[in-house]
Amino acid sequence: MNARQSPLLEIVDLAKTFPVYNAFGSRAGEVTAVDHVSFSIRRGGVYGLAGESGSGKSTIARLIMGLLTPTGGDILLAGSNITGTLGTRAHSRQVQMVFQNPGSSLNPRRTIGQSIAVPLEAHNHPRADRRRRISELLDMVQLPASFAERYPHELSGGQKQRVAIARALAVAPQLVVLDEPTSALDVSVQAKVIDLLTSLGRQLDLTYLFISHDLSLMRNFADEVGVLYRGRIVESGPTAKVFEHPEHDYTRLLIASVPVISAEEEALRPEIPLIDGEIPTAEKLLALRESQRTTEVPKRT
Amino acid sequence: MSEALLSVRDLSVEFTTYGRTQPVLRGVNLDVPARSHVALVGESGSGKTVTMKSIMGLLHMPPASISSGTIVYDGRDLLTMSRRERLKLTGTDMSMVFQDPMSSLNPVFTIADQMSTILKYADKRLGRSRSGRERMQRVLEVLAQVRMREPERVARSYPIMLSGGMRQRVLIAMALLSEPRLLIADEPGTALDVTTQAQILKLLKDLVEERGLALLMITHNLGVVRETSDYVYVMHKGVVVEEAPTADLFAAPKVDYTRSLIDAVPRLTGARPTLSVEAAP
Repeated sequence: MNARQSPLLEIVDLAKTFPVYNAFGSRAGEVTAVDHVSFSIRRGGVYGLAGESGSGKSTIARLIMGLLTPTGGDILLAGSNITGTLGTRAHSRQVQMVFQNPGSSLNPRRTIGQSIAVPLEAHNHPRADRRRRISELLDMVQLPASFAERYPHELSGGQKQRVAIARALAVAPQLVVLDEPTSALDVSVQAKVIDLLTSLGRQLDLTYLFISHDLSLMRNFADEVGVLYRGRIVESGPTAKVFEHPEHDYTRLLIASVPVISAEEEALRPEIPLIDGEIPTAEKLLALRESQRTTEVPKRT
Repeated sequence: MSEALLSVRDLSVEFTTYGRTQPVLRGVNLDVPARSHVALVGESGSGKTVTMKSIMGLLHMPPASISSGTIVYDGRDLLTMSRRERLKLTGTDMSMVFQDPMSSLNPVFTIADQMSTILKYADKRLGRSRSGRERMQRVLEVLAQVRMREPERVARSYPIMLSGGMRQRVLIAMALLSEPRLLIADEPGTALDVTTQAQILKLLKDLVEERGLALLMITHNLGVVRETSDYVYVMHKGVVVEEAPTADLFAAPKVDYTRSLIDAVPRLTGARPTLSVEAAP
């Protein structure tokens, strides 16, 4: 079913810089948050963007959503350049997002039904059909239709995240951006939400961009990954390959840092050289490698 | 069981709000022997934080009340001793590493100010005193112990000038100020990136080993449990449902809940976790 290899989303040379102002309000320089990033997601695929805080993963999500304007590069959806239509209604019909914290992404004063109705109203879904569509969406995320009358505070974290997923699916988008969709949830709840996302993806032929710092989760959910470090993709490829044979030192450090629960997983973690008896920071490790490469000093044990 | 440094027996805690009483802990038993590394693991709402707060005397009473049980530290029951006596122990001989390095530090005081204030009050409770200079010396000493490269510079800094990892190190240093024998760590490193978290966990492990401390680690992360502890208690709905040496628990969990919890954790190998947790809907 996923044999079609044509990419749904293509990111070409995407760049975003933010101006930095000094205390007097004049421009003091700029920070590069996204530094010429390129990747593509095939139709029906799950692409994982892994990275730590400050790596630029959320900025990329915001650029794709049209919440920020890129400084350079192109975003192509199903072959057509959407860089000019970012943030328009035509764009939001195709691309939707599930946010990290379901506690704050649902309006506490709206019932669940009212929250899900917002995108339906914005996209002129026939008024007479809205109620039916809302129960259909709730059913898709395995919640009873009666939840439409409830308020967010009456729901558990996992239930709220299901509502957020239903809201994202209301306009039948092609691409769903998942920004750390389960990081606020307990593991048992997380497993169920991920399972739901997987089955919805198959059922509705959705394409996911999955943003997370949880590498074990990424290993299970994404079929391709890109590892971001300071705004650049330092390594990308099929998930199994990147996790089993990480090539870039930063990827190796990331994987080596994950606390794991079995000996099989431990065997997967690459050896990282200790610097002064400590696990090195990414900068230190990369600097060490750089100096080894340039001076060709034999590897210290 | 041999004499434990900390021993919680049959601890029950309930919360009363709007006239309704809700049991939160039901008969919790827990032992932390000297020099051991014990983990207390559970999902949100399992009661692990309430257990920690009961031990450290941080529960707000009311709404909370301890309906039964004893918390024996070093042979004495913390729950029956006077407040004065208890304060000589909590924050000094038994101390705490807090979770969130962003909100646990005061933004308007330097690290040195905050740490020497803590030390001053700890000394006062113990009936000791030392000069400002001696206190500063001790502050620099513990900052070096948590592997800060430039303790003087860190001491002069305000929290905002430090990275998340460095702030977490400062919180660990604070806990070490008065040479505790028991360290209670509440989800250390969860607010941090994985690479920083790995550094913090290694540091904690090295420190407790070097200094022969007992460590009680409270966490929801089973990976962290496996990496830092040799004995583990699993909590669910206010009850300790299983306890075992860490290796045994992961090799052969005896209770269904523990098994389903372990099964729900995504694996680095990509093996699909199974989904049969009866916990939350």
